[in-house]
Amino acid sequence: MATHQVSREVVITVDDLKKAFGQNEVLKGITTSIHRGEVVCVIGPSGSGKSTFLRCLNLLEQPTSGKVVVDGVEVTDPDCDIDKVRADMGMVFQQFNLFPHLSVLDNCTIAQVTVRKSNKAEAEKRARSNLERVGLLDKEAAFPGQLSGGQQQRVAIARALSMEPKLMLFDEPTSALDPELVGDVLSVMRKLASEGMTMFVVTHEMAFARDVADRVIFMDGGYIVEEGHPDEVIGNPQHQRTRAFLDRVLNPTSVGQIGGEDEAYAERHQSEPEADGDGDISTLSPGQPGQIGRST
Amino acid sequence: MSTVTADPSSKPRLSPRKRAQRMRWAQYAVLGIVTILAISMANWSQIQSVFFRGDMIHETLTQGLPNAFKNTIVYTLGAFVFGLVLGTMLALMRLSSVGPYRWIATTYIEFFRGLPAIVVFIAFGLLPLAFNGLVIPFDPYGTVWIALGLVGAAYMAETIRAGIQAVPKGQVEAARSLGMPTGTATRKIVLPQAFRIITPPLTNELILLVKDSSLVYILGLSAQGFELTKYGRAIANTNANLTPLVIAGFCYLLITLPLSMVVRRMEARQKKER
Ligand SMILES: Nc1ncnc2c1ncn2[C@@H]1O[C@H](COP(=O)(O)OP(=O)(O)O)[C@@H](O)[C@H]1O
Ligand SMILES: [Mg+2]
Repeated sequence: MATHQVSREVVITVDDLKKAFGQNEVLKGITTSIHRGEVVCVIGPSGSGKSTFLRCLNLLEQPTSGKVVVDGVEVTDPDCDIDKVRADMGMVFQQFNLFPHLSVLDNCTIAQVTVRKSNKAEAEKRARSNLERVGLLDKEAAFPGQLSGGQQQRVAIARALSMEPKLMLFDEPTSALDPELVGDVLSVMRKLASEGMTMFVVTHEMAFARDVADRVIFMDGGYIVEEGHPDEVIGNPQHQRTRAFLDRVLNPTSVGQIGGEDEAYAERHQSEPEADGDGDISTLSPGQPGQIGRST
Repeated sequence: MSTVTADPSSKPRLSPRKRAQRMRWAQYAVLGIVTILAISMANWSQIQSVFFRGDMIHETLTQGLPNAFKNTIVYTLGAFVFGLVLGTMLALMRLSSVGPYRWIATTYIEFFRGLPAIVVFIAFGLLPLAFNGLVIPFDPYGTVWIALGLVGAAYMAETIRAGIQAVPKGQVEAARSLGMPTGTATRKIVLPQAFRIITPPLTNELILLVKDSSLVYILGLSAQGFELTKYGRAIANTNANLTPLVIAGFCYLLITLPLSMVVRRMEARQKKER
Protein backbone atom coordinates (compact mmCIF):
# COMPACT_ATOMS: atom_id res chain seq x y z
CA MET A 1 0.00 0.00 0.00
CA ALA A 2 1.60 3.24 -1.09
CA THR A 3 1.08 5.70 1.73
CA HIS A 4 2.79 8.75 0.27
CA GLN A 5 1.60 11.61 -1.87
CA VAL A 6 2.01 11.60 -5.63
CA SER A 7 1.73 15.02 -7.18
CA ARG A 8 0.57 15.77 -10.69
CA GLU A 9 3.89 17.41 -11.45
CA VAL A 10 5.78 15.46 -14.09
CA VAL A 11 9.47 14.84 -13.36
CA ILE A 12 10.45 12.61 -16.29
CA THR A 13 8.81 12.36 -19.68
CA VAL A 14 9.86 9.58 -22.03
CA ASP A 15 8.62 9.82 -25.60
CA ASP A 16 9.05 7.00 -28.13
CA LEU A 17 12.46 6.06 -26.72
CA LYS A 18 14.44 3.64 -28.88
CA LYS A 19 17.83 2.11 -28.30
CA ALA A 20 19.77 -0.31 -30.48
CA PHE A 21 23.16 -1.91 -29.89
CA GLY A 22 24.31 -2.40 -33.46
CA GLN A 23 21.62 -4.50 -35.12
CA ASN A 24 20.10 -5.49 -31.79
CA GLU A 25 17.15 -3.19 -31.08
CA VAL A 26 16.69 -3.40 -27.33
CA LEU A 27 14.14 -0.63 -26.74
CA LYS A 28 11.53 -0.42 -29.46
CA GLY A 29 9.57 2.67 -28.52
CA ILE A 30 8.96 3.44 -24.85
CA THR A 31 6.55 6.18 -23.85
CA THR A 32 5.72 6.97 -20.24
CA SER A 33 6.13 9.62 -17.57
CA ILE A 34 7.03 9.75 -13.89
CA HIS A 35 5.48 12.17 -11.40
CA ARG A 36 7.00 13.88 -8.40
CA GLY A 37 6.87 11.62 -5.36
CA GLU A 38 5.94 8.59 -7.39
CA VAL A 39 7.51 5.16 -6.90
CA VAL A 40 7.62 3.26 -10.19
CA CYS A 41 8.78 -0.34 -10.28
CA VAL A 42 9.88 -1.92 -13.54
CA ILE A 43 9.59 -5.68 -13.78
CA GLY A 44 10.18 -8.06 -16.66
CA PRO A 45 12.27 -10.98 -17.84
CA SER A 46 16.03 -10.84 -18.09
CA GLY A 47 17.19 -9.18 -21.29
CA SER A 48 13.92 -7.33 -21.84
CA GLY A 49 15.70 -3.95 -21.75
CA LYS A 50 14.93 -2.78 -18.19
CA SER A 51 18.49 -1.72 -17.39
CA THR A 52 18.92 -0.11 -20.78
CA PHE A 53 15.72 1.89 -20.23
CA LEU A 54 16.89 3.09 -16.83
CA ARG A 55 20.35 3.96 -18.14
CA CYS A 56 18.88 5.96 -20.99
CA LEU A 57 17.25 8.25 -18.41
CA ASN A 58 20.60 9.63 -17.24
CA LEU A 59 22.33 8.98 -20.53
CA LEU A 60 24.68 6.26 -19.33
CA GLU A 61 23.36 4.82 -22.59
CA GLN A 62 22.86 7.18 -25.50
CA PRO A 63 19.35 6.61 -26.91
CA THR A 64 19.14 5.93 -30.63
CA SER A 65 16.03 8.06 -31.00
CA GLY A 66 13.17 9.51 -28.99
CA LYS A 67 13.00 12.10 -26.29
CA VAL A 68 13.75 12.08 -22.56
CA VAL A 69 12.91 15.19 -20.54
CA VAL A 70 14.00 15.43 -16.91
CA ASP A 71 12.66 18.31 -14.83
CA GLY A 72 12.04 20.35 -17.94
CA VAL A 73 15.50 19.70 -19.41
CA GLU A 74 15.64 17.64 -22.57
CA VAL A 75 18.58 15.34 -21.87
CA THR A 76 18.44 13.86 -25.38
CA ASP A 77 19.28 17.31 -26.75
CA PRO A 78 22.98 17.08 -27.75
CA ASP A 79 23.66 20.49 -26.18
CA CYS A 80 22.22 19.55 -22.80
CA ASP A 81 24.57 19.83 -19.80
CA ILE A 82 24.13 16.22 -18.76
CA ASP A 83 26.49 16.45 -15.76
CA LYS A 84 24.16 18.99 -14.19
CA VAL A 85 21.12 16.77 -14.74
CA ARG A 86 22.95 13.71 -13.38
CA ALA A 87 23.96 15.54 -10.21
CA ASP A 88 20.26 15.86 -9.34
CA MET A 89 19.52 12.25 -10.18
CA GLY A 90 20.80 9.55 -7.84
CA MET A 91 21.64 6.15 -9.25
CA VAL A 92 22.10 2.86 -7.42
CA PHE A 93 23.69 -0.06 -9.26
CA GLN A 94 23.25 -3.78 -8.97
CA GLN A 95 27.00 -4.16 -8.23
CA PHE A 96 27.07 -1.17 -5.77
CA ASN A 97 30.09 0.38 -7.56
CA LEU A 98 31.40 2.05 -4.43
CA PHE A 99 34.82 3.65 -4.86
CA PRO A 100 37.10 1.07 -3.23
CA HIS A 101 40.03 3.47 -2.70
CA LEU A 102 37.92 5.88 -0.62
CA SER A 103 36.49 5.50 2.86
CA VAL A 104 32.73 5.29 3.32
CA LEU A 105 32.63 8.94 4.32
CA ASP A 106 34.76 10.04 1.35
CA ASN A 107 32.54 8.01 -0.98
CA CYS A 108 29.69 10.21 0.21
CA THR A 109 31.57 13.52 0.01
CA ILE A 110 33.68 13.30 -3.14
CA ALA A 111 30.93 14.31 -5.56
CA GLN A 112 29.63 16.99 -3.22
CA VAL A 113 33.09 18.55 -3.12
CA THR A 114 34.06 18.12 -6.79
CA VAL A 115 30.67 18.67 -8.42
CA ARG A 116 28.61 20.74 -5.98
CA LYS A 117 31.69 22.64 -4.74
CA SER A 118 30.51 22.25 -1.15
CA ASN A 119 33.15 22.84 1.48
CA LYS A 120 34.45 19.81 3.30
CA ALA A 121 32.67 20.40 6.61
CA GLU A 122 29.29 20.87 4.95
CA ALA A 123 29.81 17.83 2.76
CA GLU A 124 30.75 15.66 5.73
CA LYS A 125 27.75 16.83 7.69
CA ARG A 126 25.42 15.89 4.85
CA ALA A 127 27.24 12.59 4.33
CA ARG A 128 26.89 11.69 8.02
CA SER A 129 23.22 12.51 8.15
CA ASN A 130 22.63 10.24 5.14
CA LEU A 131 24.80 7.47 6.57
CA GLU A 132 22.62 7.70 9.66
CA ARG A 133 19.55 7.41 7.45
CA VAL A 134 20.79 4.06 6.12
CA GLY A 135 21.94 2.96 9.58
CA LEU A 136 25.68 2.96 8.91
CA LEU A 137 27.00 6.03 10.68
CA ASP A 138 29.39 3.82 12.66
CA LYS A 139 31.06 2.65 9.43
CA GLU A 140 32.12 6.06 8.13
CA ALA A 141 35.84 5.27 8.50
CA ALA A 142 35.60 1.80 6.93
CA PHE A 143 36.54 1.02 3.35
CA PRO A 144 34.04 -0.65 1.01
CA GLY A 145 36.03 -3.88 0.93
CA GLN A 146 35.45 -4.30 4.67
CA LEU A 147 31.65 -4.19 4.38
CA SER A 148 29.07 -6.84 3.53
CA GLY A 149 27.18 -6.53 0.26
CA GLY A 150 24.10 -5.23 2.02
CA GLN A 151 26.12 -2.59 3.85
CA GLN A 152 27.85 -1.58 0.62
CA GLN A 153 24.54 -1.12 -1.12
CA ARG A 154 23.23 1.03 1.75
CA VAL A 155 26.37 3.16 1.54
CA ALA A 156 25.76 3.46 -2.21
CA ILE A 157 22.28 4.75 -1.41
CA ALA A 158 23.71 7.21 1.12
CA ARG A 159 26.29 8.33 -1.46
CA ALA A 160 23.53 9.07 -3.95
CA LEU A 161 21.37 10.80 -1.31
CA SER A 162 24.27 13.02 -0.25
CA MET A 163 23.87 14.88 -3.55
CA GLU A 164 20.30 15.68 -2.45
CA PRO A 165 18.86 14.35 -5.69
CA LYS A 166 15.37 15.12 -6.91
CA LEU A 167 14.84 11.50 -7.90
CA MET A 168 16.54 8.16 -7.52
CA LEU A 169 17.13 5.40 -10.06
CA PHE A 170 17.69 1.83 -8.80
CA ASP A 171 18.87 -0.98 -11.08
CA GLU A 172 18.12 -4.27 -9.35
CA PRO A 173 19.63 -3.04 -6.07
CA THR A 174 19.18 -6.34 -4.25
CA SER A 175 19.95 -8.86 -7.00
CA ALA A 176 23.63 -9.24 -6.08
CA LEU A 177 22.93 -9.71 -2.36
CA ASP A 178 22.81 -12.80 -0.21
CA PRO A 179 19.12 -13.42 0.66
CA GLU A 180 19.49 -12.52 4.33
CA LEU A 181 20.89 -9.07 3.42
CA VAL A 182 18.10 -8.10 1.03
CA GLY A 183 15.75 -7.00 3.81
CA ASP A 184 18.00 -4.23 5.15
CA VAL A 185 18.32 -2.62 1.73
CA LEU A 186 14.63 -2.89 0.98
CA SER A 187 13.67 -1.34 4.30
CA VAL A 188 15.93 1.63 3.55
CA MET A 189 14.15 1.97 0.21
CA ARG A 190 10.75 1.69 1.85
CA LYS A 191 11.69 4.48 4.21
CA LEU A 192 12.86 6.64 1.31
CA ALA A 193 9.57 6.04 -0.48
CA SER A 194 7.56 6.97 2.58
CA GLU A 195 9.55 10.21 2.85
CA GLY A 196 8.27 11.14 -0.59
CA MET A 197 11.33 10.45 -2.76
CA THR A 198 10.62 9.97 -6.45
CA MET A 199 11.91 6.51 -7.24
CA PHE A 200 12.34 4.49 -10.41
CA VAL A 201 13.20 0.93 -9.46
CA VAL A 202 14.08 -2.05 -11.64
CA THR A 203 13.47 -5.03 -9.40
CA HIS A 204 12.58 -8.69 -9.11
CA GLU A 205 11.25 -8.19 -5.56
CA MET A 206 7.55 -8.61 -6.21
CA ALA A 207 6.57 -8.05 -2.58
CA PHE A 208 8.38 -4.72 -2.59
CA ALA A 209 6.74 -3.72 -5.87
CA ARG A 210 3.32 -4.71 -4.61
CA ASP A 211 3.65 -2.89 -1.28
CA VAL A 212 5.59 0.23 -2.20
CA ALA A 213 5.06 1.02 -5.86
CA ASP A 214 2.45 3.50 -7.00
CA ARG A 215 2.80 2.05 -10.47
CA VAL A 216 4.30 -1.10 -11.92
CA ILE A 217 5.64 -1.28 -15.47
CA PHE A 218 5.97 -4.71 -17.05
CA MET A 219 8.50 -4.76 -19.87
CA ASP A 220 9.14 -7.51 -22.37
CA GLY A 221 10.97 -7.58 -25.68
CA GLY A 222 11.75 -3.86 -25.65
CA TYR A 223 8.20 -2.70 -25.09
CA ILE A 224 6.08 -1.70 -22.12
CA VAL A 225 3.54 -4.50 -22.24
CA GLU A 226 1.45 -3.41 -19.31
CA GLU A 227 1.55 -0.69 -16.66
CA GLY A 228 -0.67 0.38 -13.83
CA HIS A 229 -1.35 0.04 -10.12
CA PRO A 230 0.45 -2.97 -8.59
CA ASP A 231 -2.88 -4.51 -7.64
CA GLU A 232 -3.70 -4.52 -11.34
CA VAL A 233 -0.40 -5.52 -12.94
CA ILE A 234 0.74 -7.99 -10.28
CA GLY A 235 -2.59 -8.89 -8.72
CA ASN A 236 -4.64 -9.17 -11.90
CA PRO A 237 -2.43 -9.05 -15.01
CA GLN A 238 -4.27 -8.55 -18.29
CA HIS A 239 -1.66 -9.89 -20.69
CA GLN A 240 -0.64 -13.49 -21.14
CA ARG A 241 3.06 -12.50 -21.16
CA THR A 242 2.72 -10.74 -17.82
CA ARG A 243 0.91 -13.72 -16.36
CA ALA A 244 3.56 -16.13 -17.64
CA PHE A 245 6.35 -13.98 -16.23
CA LEU A 246 4.72 -13.57 -12.82
CA ASP A 247 3.99 -17.26 -12.73
CA ARG A 248 7.67 -18.04 -13.25
CA VAL A 249 8.81 -15.49 -10.69
CA LEU A 250 6.27 -16.30 -7.99
CA ASN A 251 6.43 -20.10 -8.45
CA PRO A 252 10.03 -20.63 -9.47
CA THR A 253 10.05 -24.32 -8.54
CA SER A 254 6.92 -25.41 -10.38
CA VAL A 255 7.55 -26.96 -13.79
CA GLY A 256 5.44 -28.34 -16.59
CA GLN A 257 3.39 -25.18 -17.05
CA ILE A 258 5.26 -24.06 -20.11
CA GLY A 259 3.02 -24.19 -23.10
CA GLY A 260 0.95 -22.17 -25.50
CA GLU A 261 2.06 -18.57 -25.67
CA ASP A 262 4.79 -19.26 -23.20
CA GLU A 263 6.54 -21.41 -25.79
CA ALA A 264 6.48 -18.56 -28.25
CA TYR A 265 8.07 -16.44 -25.53
CA ALA A 266 10.81 -18.98 -24.94
CA GLU A 267 11.59 -19.19 -28.64
CA ARG A 268 11.83 -15.46 -29.01
CA HIS A 269 14.29 -15.26 -26.17
CA GLN A 270 16.44 -18.04 -27.51
CA SER A 271 17.13 -16.07 -30.63
CA GLU A 272 18.56 -13.18 -28.64
CA PRO A 273 22.32 -12.91 -28.56
CA GLU A 274 24.01 -12.68 -25.17
CA ALA A 275 21.07 -13.87 -23.14
CA ASP A 276 23.46 -14.58 -20.27
CA GLY A 277 22.38 -12.96 -17.02
CA ASP A 278 20.96 -9.56 -17.70
CA GLY A 279 23.76 -8.31 -19.89
CA ASP A 280 24.66 -5.63 -17.39
CA ILE A 281 27.99 -4.21 -18.48
CA SER A 282 28.67 -2.84 -15.02
CA THR A 283 29.38 -6.39 -13.88
CA LEU A 284 32.49 -6.74 -16.03
CA SER A 285 35.35 -7.97 -13.91
CA PRO A 286 38.74 -6.28 -14.06
CA GLY A 287 41.58 -7.82 -15.97
CA GLN A 288 44.45 -9.62 -14.32
CA PRO A 289 46.89 -6.96 -13.20
CA GLY A 290 49.55 -9.59 -12.64
CA GLN A 291 50.27 -9.64 -16.36
CA ILE A 292 50.83 -5.91 -16.73
CA GLY A 293 54.28 -4.55 -17.47
CA ARG A 294 57.54 -5.99 -18.78
CA SER A 295 59.46 -8.36 -16.56
CA THR A 296 62.80 -7.51 -15.03
CA MET B 1 47.27 -67.02 -15.48
CA SER B 2 48.75 -64.33 -17.63
CA THR B 3 48.50 -61.21 -15.52
CA VAL B 4 51.67 -59.17 -15.87
CA THR B 5 51.74 -57.91 -12.34
CA ALA B 6 51.68 -61.41 -10.94
CA ASP B 7 54.75 -62.48 -12.93
CA PRO B 8 57.30 -63.49 -10.28
CA SER B 9 60.29 -63.21 -12.64
CA SER B 10 59.96 -59.41 -13.25
CA LYS B 11 61.69 -57.06 -10.80
CA PRO B 12 59.35 -55.66 -8.12
CA ARG B 13 58.36 -52.12 -9.18
CA LEU B 14 59.15 -49.28 -6.80
CA SER B 15 56.33 -47.22 -5.43
CA PRO B 16 56.18 -43.66 -6.86
CA ARG B 17 57.21 -42.27 -3.49
CA LYS B 18 60.34 -44.43 -3.34
CA ARG B 19 61.26 -43.53 -6.92
CA ALA B 20 60.95 -39.80 -6.23
CA GLN B 21 63.14 -40.24 -3.16
CA ARG B 22 65.89 -41.92 -5.20
CA MET B 23 65.77 -39.22 -7.84
CA ARG B 24 66.27 -36.62 -5.14
CA TRP B 25 69.31 -38.45 -3.73
CA ALA B 26 70.80 -38.66 -7.22
CA GLN B 27 70.39 -34.90 -7.67
CA TYR B 28 72.08 -34.14 -4.35
CA ALA B 29 74.94 -36.47 -5.30
CA VAL B 30 75.56 -34.70 -8.64
CA LEU B 31 75.49 -31.32 -6.94
CA GLY B 32 77.97 -32.46 -4.32
CA ILE B 33 80.43 -33.88 -6.87
CA VAL B 34 80.36 -30.74 -9.02
CA THR B 35 80.94 -28.54 -5.97
CA ILE B 36 83.90 -30.60 -4.78
CA LEU B 37 85.46 -30.57 -8.26
CA ALA B 38 85.04 -26.80 -8.59
CA ILE B 39 86.56 -26.12 -5.20
CA SER B 40 89.53 -28.43 -5.70
CA MET B 41 90.32 -27.26 -9.24
CA ALA B 42 89.91 -23.51 -8.84
CA ASN B 43 92.92 -21.29 -8.24
CA TRP B 44 91.58 -19.47 -5.22
CA SER B 45 94.34 -16.95 -4.74
CA GLN B 46 94.04 -15.86 -8.37
CA ILE B 47 90.25 -15.56 -8.11
CA GLN B 48 90.63 -13.45 -5.02
CA SER B 49 93.23 -11.16 -6.58
CA VAL B 50 91.06 -10.59 -9.67
CA PHE B 51 87.64 -10.13 -8.04
CA PHE B 52 88.29 -9.19 -4.42
CA ARG B 53 91.71 -7.50 -4.21
CA GLY B 54 92.13 -5.72 -0.90
CA ASP B 55 93.79 -2.50 -2.09
CA MET B 56 91.32 -2.25 -4.99
CA ILE B 57 88.42 -2.58 -2.59
CA HIS B 58 89.91 0.22 -0.55
CA GLU B 59 90.51 2.45 -3.56
CA THR B 60 87.03 1.91 -4.97
CA LEU B 61 85.31 2.60 -1.66
CA THR B 62 87.25 5.76 -0.91
CA GLN B 63 87.72 7.49 -4.28
CA GLY B 64 84.12 8.46 -4.88
CA LEU B 65 81.75 5.54 -4.49
CA PRO B 66 79.16 7.53 -2.50
CA ASN B 67 79.02 10.12 -5.26
CA ALA B 68 78.59 7.45 -7.94
CA PHE B 69 75.93 5.72 -5.86
CA LYS B 70 74.11 9.02 -5.44
CA ASN B 71 74.35 9.73 -9.17
CA THR B 72 72.83 6.36 -10.08
CA ILE B 73 69.90 7.12 -7.80
CA VAL B 74 69.47 10.69 -9.03
CA TYR B 75 69.63 9.65 -12.70
CA THR B 76 67.12 6.87 -12.09
CA LEU B 77 64.62 8.82 -10.01
CA GLY B 78 64.64 11.82 -12.35
CA ALA B 79 64.09 9.58 -15.35
CA PHE B 80 61.35 7.69 -13.49
CA VAL B 81 59.42 10.86 -12.63
CA PHE B 82 59.81 12.26 -16.14
CA GLY B 83 58.82 8.89 -17.65
CA LEU B 84 55.83 8.55 -15.32
CA VAL B 85 54.40 11.96 -16.24
CA LEU B 86 55.01 11.44 -19.95
CA GLY B 87 53.82 7.83 -19.73
CA THR B 88 50.54 8.86 -18.07
CA MET B 89 49.99 11.43 -20.80
CA LEU B 90 50.70 8.83 -23.49
CA ALA B 91 48.38 6.30 -21.82
CA LEU B 92 45.53 8.83 -21.73
CA MET B 93 46.27 9.75 -25.35
CA ARG B 94 46.12 6.07 -26.35
CA LEU B 95 42.68 5.83 -24.77
CA SER B 96 41.50 9.16 -26.18
CA SER B 97 38.50 9.38 -28.47
CA VAL B 98 40.49 11.76 -30.67
CA GLY B 99 42.08 9.64 -33.41
CA PRO B 100 45.30 11.63 -33.98
CA TYR B 101 46.14 11.48 -30.24
CA ARG B 102 45.86 7.71 -30.39
CA TRP B 103 48.05 7.53 -33.48
CA ILE B 104 50.73 9.80 -32.03
CA ALA B 105 50.85 7.85 -28.77
CA THR B 106 50.92 4.48 -30.53
CA THR B 107 53.71 5.60 -32.86
CA TYR B 108 55.73 6.97 -29.97
CA ILE B 109 55.31 3.83 -27.88
CA GLU B 110 56.14 1.44 -30.71
CA PHE B 111 59.12 3.57 -31.75
CA PHE B 112 60.79 3.77 -28.37
CA ARG B 113 59.98 0.20 -27.39
CA GLY B 114 61.46 -1.09 -30.63
CA LEU B 115 64.69 0.85 -30.26
CA PRO B 116 67.69 -0.23 -28.19
CA ALA B 117 67.97 2.28 -25.36
CA ILE B 118 71.66 2.69 -26.13
CA VAL B 119 70.82 4.19 -29.53
CA VAL B 120 68.83 6.89 -27.76
CA PHE B 121 71.79 7.60 -25.48
CA ILE B 122 74.22 7.82 -28.40
CA ALA B 123 71.84 10.24 -30.09
CA PHE B 124 71.61 12.38 -26.95
CA GLY B 125 75.39 12.35 -26.64
CA LEU B 126 75.60 13.82 -30.15
CA LEU B 127 72.72 16.29 -29.91
CA PRO B 128 74.71 19.25 -28.50
CA LEU B 129 77.24 18.80 -31.32
CA ALA B 130 74.65 18.34 -34.05
CA PHE B 131 72.56 21.32 -32.96
CA ASN B 132 75.03 24.07 -32.47
CA GLY B 133 74.42 25.90 -29.25
CA LEU B 134 71.77 23.50 -27.90
CA VAL B 135 71.92 23.43 -24.13
CA ILE B 136 69.99 20.83 -22.17
CA PRO B 137 69.28 22.19 -18.67
CA PHE B 138 70.79 20.58 -15.55
CA ASP B 139 73.52 18.97 -17.63
CA PRO B 140 74.41 16.16 -17.30
CA TYR B 141 71.37 15.22 -15.20
CA GLY B 142 68.86 16.74 -17.61
CA THR B 143 70.31 14.80 -20.53
CA VAL B 144 70.10 11.50 -18.69
CA TRP B 145 66.64 12.18 -17.32
CA ILE B 146 65.29 12.95 -20.77
CA ALA B 147 67.07 10.14 -22.61
CA LEU B 148 66.21 7.49 -20.04
CA GLY B 149 62.76 8.96 -19.37
CA LEU B 150 61.78 9.00 -23.05
CA VAL B 151 62.42 5.27 -23.28
CA GLY B 152 60.90 4.47 -19.89
CA ALA B 153 57.77 6.46 -20.76
CA ALA B 154 57.01 4.15 -23.67
CA TYR B 155 56.99 1.10 -21.42
CA MET B 156 55.23 2.83 -18.55
CA ALA B 157 52.51 4.12 -20.92
CA GLU B 158 51.55 0.55 -21.79
CA THR B 159 51.54 -0.45 -18.12
CA ILE B 160 49.42 2.55 -17.14
CA ARG B 161 46.99 1.97 -20.00
CA ALA B 162 46.53 -1.64 -18.88
CA GLY B 163 45.97 -0.37 -15.32
CA ILE B 164 43.34 2.12 -16.43
CA GLN B 165 41.55 -0.58 -18.42
CA ALA B 166 41.64 -2.90 -15.40
CA VAL B 167 39.45 -0.46 -13.43
CA PRO B 168 35.89 -1.80 -13.75
CA LYS B 169 33.63 0.16 -16.04
CA GLY B 170 31.09 0.53 -13.24
CA GLN B 171 33.50 2.89 -11.47
CA VAL B 172 33.32 5.44 -14.26
CA GLU B 173 29.56 4.98 -14.50
CA ALA B 174 29.13 5.56 -10.78
CA ALA B 175 31.30 8.69 -10.96
CA ARG B 176 29.49 10.03 -14.01
CA SER B 177 26.07 9.26 -12.50
CA LEU B 178 27.02 11.54 -9.59
CA GLY B 179 27.56 14.34 -12.09
CA MET B 180 31.34 14.22 -12.38
CA PRO B 181 32.68 15.32 -15.76
CA THR B 182 35.02 12.89 -17.55
CA GLY B 183 38.18 14.66 -16.39
CA THR B 184 37.19 14.64 -12.72
CA ALA B 185 36.14 10.99 -12.91
CA THR B 186 39.50 10.12 -14.46
CA ARG B 187 41.56 12.07 -11.92
CA LYS B 188 39.62 11.23 -8.75
CA ILE B 189 38.30 7.76 -9.43
CA VAL B 190 40.07 5.96 -12.27
CA LEU B 191 43.73 6.99 -11.96
CA PRO B 192 44.05 6.42 -8.19
CA GLN B 193 42.71 2.89 -8.64
CA ALA B 194 44.76 2.26 -11.77
CA PHE B 195 47.97 3.31 -10.04
CA ARG B 196 47.24 1.09 -7.12
CA ILE B 197 46.82 -1.86 -9.48
CA ILE B 198 50.05 -1.06 -11.31
CA THR B 199 52.32 -0.20 -8.39
CA PRO B 200 54.07 -3.60 -8.66
CA PRO B 201 54.75 -3.40 -12.43
CA LEU B 202 55.77 0.25 -12.09
CA THR B 203 58.25 -0.72 -9.39
CA ASN B 204 59.59 -3.33 -11.81
CA GLU B 205 59.98 -0.52 -14.30
CA LEU B 206 61.96 1.39 -11.69
CA ILE B 207 64.28 -1.60 -11.28
CA LEU B 208 64.82 -1.70 -15.04
CA LEU B 209 65.64 2.01 -15.00
CA VAL B 210 68.20 1.51 -12.24
CA LYS B 211 69.97 -0.96 -14.48
CA ASP B 212 69.50 1.09 -17.66
CA SER B 213 71.03 4.13 -15.98
CA SER B 214 74.35 2.34 -16.57
CA LEU B 215 74.00 3.28 -20.24
CA VAL B 216 75.14 6.72 -19.19
CA TYR B 217 78.67 5.45 -19.83
CA ILE B 218 78.07 6.30 -23.53
CA LEU B 219 77.88 10.01 -22.73
CA GLY B 220 80.99 12.06 -22.28
CA LEU B 221 80.78 12.94 -18.60
CA SER B 222 83.09 14.59 -16.11
CA ALA B 223 84.13 12.43 -13.16
CA GLN B 224 81.58 14.27 -11.00
CA GLY B 225 78.81 12.88 -13.19
CA PHE B 226 79.96 9.25 -13.10
CA GLU B 227 77.45 6.73 -11.85
CA LEU B 228 78.23 3.27 -10.53
CA THR B 229 79.08 1.51 -13.80
CA LYS B 230 81.18 4.27 -15.28
CA TYR B 231 82.92 4.84 -11.97
CA GLY B 232 83.71 1.17 -11.45
CA ARG B 233 84.80 0.74 -15.04
CA ALA B 234 87.21 3.69 -14.90
CA ILE B 235 89.09 2.28 -11.91
CA ALA B 236 88.90 -1.26 -13.30
CA ASN B 237 90.40 -0.12 -16.62
CA THR B 238 93.35 1.73 -15.12
CA ASN B 239 94.22 -1.21 -12.86
CA ALA B 240 93.26 -4.12 -15.13
CA ASN B 241 91.31 -5.59 -12.22
CA LEU B 242 87.68 -6.55 -11.81
CA THR B 243 87.28 -5.73 -8.13
CA PRO B 244 85.78 -2.23 -8.71
CA LEU B 245 83.13 -3.72 -11.02
CA VAL B 246 82.26 -6.34 -8.42
CA ILE B 247 81.70 -3.57 -5.92
CA ALA B 248 79.62 -1.58 -8.42
CA GLY B 249 77.54 -4.68 -9.10
CA PHE B 250 77.04 -5.21 -5.40
CA CYS B 251 75.78 -1.63 -5.10
CA TYR B 252 73.18 -2.27 -7.82
CA LEU B 253 71.95 -5.31 -5.93
CA LEU B 254 71.71 -3.16 -2.81
CA ILE B 255 69.14 -1.05 -4.67
CA THR B 256 67.33 -3.64 -6.80
CA LEU B 257 66.95 -6.57 -4.41
CA PRO B 258 64.90 -4.68 -1.79
CA LEU B 259 62.74 -3.27 -4.60
CA SER B 260 62.09 -6.78 -5.98
CA MET B 261 61.19 -7.93 -2.51
CA VAL B 262 58.72 -5.06 -2.14
CA VAL B 263 57.18 -5.97 -5.51
CA ARG B 264 56.77 -9.59 -4.52
CA ARG B 265 55.17 -8.57 -1.23
CA MET B 266 52.73 -6.21 -2.99
CA GLU B 267 51.80 -8.83 -5.57
CA ALA B 268 51.12 -11.39 -2.87
CA ARG B 269 48.91 -8.92 -1.02
CA GLN B 270 46.96 -7.98 -4.15
CA LYS B 271 46.43 -11.66 -4.90
CA LYS B 272 45.00 -12.15 -1.43
CA GLU B 273 42.67 -9.19 -1.80
CA ARG B 274 40.98 -10.54 -4.93
N1 LIG C 1 26.46 -2.24 -23.83
C1 LIG C 1 25.77 -3.16 -24.53
N2 LIG C 1 26.22 -3.56 -25.74
C2 LIG C 1 25.53 -4.47 -26.45
N3 LIG C 1 24.38 -5.04 -26.06
C3 LIG C 1 23.88 -4.68 -24.87
C4 LIG C 1 24.55 -3.72 -24.05
N4 LIG C 1 23.83 -3.56 -22.92
C5 LIG C 1 22.76 -4.36 -23.04
N5 LIG C 1 22.78 -5.04 -24.20
C6 LIG C 1 21.75 -6.01 -24.68
O1 LIG C 1 20.50 -5.42 -24.51
C7 LIG C 1 19.54 -6.38 -24.11
C8 LIG C 1 18.79 -5.87 -22.91
O2 LIG C 1 19.69 -5.74 -21.83
P1 LIG C 1 19.26 -5.11 -20.45
O3 LIG C 1 18.72 -3.75 -20.68
O4 LIG C 1 20.44 -5.23 -19.55
O5 LIG C 1 18.10 -6.08 -19.99
P2 LIG C 1 17.52 -6.32 -18.53
O6 LIG C 1 18.07 -5.29 -17.61
O7 LIG C 1 16.04 -6.22 -18.70
O8 LIG C 1 17.91 -7.70 -18.14
C9 LIG C 1 20.29 -7.66 -23.86
O9 LIG C 1 20.06 -8.52 -24.98
C10 LIG C 1 21.72 -7.26 -23.83
O10 LIG C 1 22.53 -8.25 -24.36
MG1 LIG D 1 19.38 -5.46 -15.88
